[in-house]
Amino acid sequence: MAKIDDKRLKEIATEIRRDIIRSVYAAGSGHPGGSLSAADIVTALYFHKMKVDPSNPKWEDRDRFILSKGHGAPVLYAALAEKGFFPKEELLKLRHIDAMLQGHPDMKGTPGVEMSTGSLGQGFSTSIGMALASKLDQKENRIYVLLGDGEVQEGIVWEAAMAAAHYQLDNLTAILDFNGLQIDGCTDEVMSINPIADKWASFRWHVIVIDGHDFEQIINAFDEAEATKGKPTIIIAKTVKGKGVSFMENQVGWHGNAPKKEEAEKALEELGGAR
Amino acid sequence: MAEKIATREAYGKALAKLGKVNEKVVVLDADLSKSTKTSEFEKAFPNRFFNMGIAEQNLMGTAAGFAAAGKIPFASTFAMFATGRAFEIIRNSICYPKLNVKICATHAGITVGEDGASHQALEDLACMRAIPNMVVINPADAVSAEQAIFAIAEYHGPVYVRLGRAAVPVIYDANSFRFEIGKGIELCPGKDAAIIATGIMVAEALQAREMLEKEGIEARVIDIHTLKPIDKEIIIKAARETGAIVTAEEHNILGGLGSAVAEVLVENSPVPMKRVGTRDTFGESGKPNELMIKYGLTAAHIVEAVKEVRKLK
Repeated sequence: MAKIDDKRLKEIATEIRRDIIRSVYAAGSGHPGGSLSAADIVTALYFHKMKVDPSNPKWEDRDRFILSKGHGAPVLYAALAEKGFFPKEELLKLRHIDAMLQGHPDMKGTPGVEMSTGSLGQGFSTSIGMALASKLDQKENRIYVLLGDGEVQEGIVWEAAMAAAHYQLDNLTAILDFNGLQIDGCTDEVMSINPIADKWASFRWHVIVIDGHDFEQIINAFDEAEATKGKPTIIIAKTVKGKGVSFMENQVGWHGNAPKKEEAEKALEELGGAR
Repeated sequence: MAEKIATREAYGKALAKLGKVNEKVVVLDADLSKSTKTSEFEKAFPNRFFNMGIAEQNLMGTAAGFAAAGKIPFASTFAMFATGRAFEIIRNSICYPKLNVKICATHAGITVGEDGASHQALEDLACMRAIPNMVVINPADAVSAEQAIFAIAEYHGPVYVRLGRAAVPVIYDANSFRFEIGKGIELCPGKDAAIIATGIMVAEALQAREMLEKEGIEARVIDIHTLKPIDKEIIIKAARETGAIVTAEEHNILGGLGSAVAEVLVENSPVPMKRVGTRDTFGESGKPNELMIKYGLTAAHIVEAVKEVRKLK
């Protein structure tokens, strides 16, 4: 297992956060809150854990990442651009007419995007098919899928969770971006998903609970998931919505709003300047 | 028209044969494999068969994932649950990314019979036809159904195939018939009117033609097995040469074959037209043949429609 280079990962995650702010500001709409909360998880996947090849996005034995919470597209796009799947200039055309980067991920148009997602729960369901296909072909690759905490209110999530355990998909790792907020307010108030760890455990998943902003914990959890045989693993990552930008943190209003000019500037300043 | 075979029976047999020649084929079902006949494939290729339980949304999502990983998944359940319950997964996870998923849904239409309205999909063609990238196929008999399965395996992209529960007359000769996606078939010539039918209504149309012939009316019969992309040429030609069109489908007259044909006619060659189909209503329990009579889906109803449409010429 590769040694964890905490300093480098933090730098990359910060740059990804800056790109989230830049792209959502340029778009004038989008979802900064849940993109920022997932930035460390996505960074750890693309810059430490996953085997992918930006020069050959369709490499057959690649690990696959599915952003089931598709509204977090800005974090995925920022990571893919940083990794070299496409030029960074594309980020500033996010959500524009004729642009490559759609409001929600489009696997047909964007190199590195493994599944078109956005309608909640569906990306997770497709990850079951990918994991089953890998098992059938006796491939060693791994499937990673990121869910939002509000997302697990969708019924299809539990259909898929049941199937993953039934087929003993130990090549599948789900990560729950547990930031506690959804559009209409606190997840606990809108529709409580608790006790969330017990729910997944009772669906026969291996459950790991971590701080989703601590690289050591994130990566150790990925390694533990890989070492767990006979069942799929879910990493319940406790996160802060809007993480890294003080005035966005834990503010439900930043779920789906773009920053104004001054706000974007302030956010970039907090994230270490415009560079 | 001696032999009667359900199109779902032909599907099961075709799948088992297809599995032998195409290793990429995997089959998924939702606890209905004995009814949809995917159990035939399961028997032959147990490791490529996946029962997803009574969970149709995840059935479709999982199929999408298989396709994204390079497999050719055939996903089967009843038409009601495939196109109704899982509609949005089909739209967003299969058709939007144009994934190579084959949705082969059985127990479509009113001939489901005794199970009643809750299980009689009469709007599935309309739902599937409305989604971009989707190919929609409704075979008339067992021969057509079997060949359709092989044809769609060769085509890359999402396909919906409508299959039935009840045994229906075999109208094609397995040796000479060739199924081609998007190509209508003129079964009988005729100049006085054209009956454009799909699915099990093709057999009724052929019977209607014989009844009309006795009264001196020569009706052309066309099988539209592919509702999308539809064969515009054969429809326009029929309109120009006969001047009167009747459509026949075991489906709501809204959104299915009747609508598809009307769209072609209105934009290209408007002629008088009548639609035979269920008239925006739910079905009920009963024997398939009783339901066909009560809901206006027999040869006699087609005969009536042909006579009426000729008056509008």
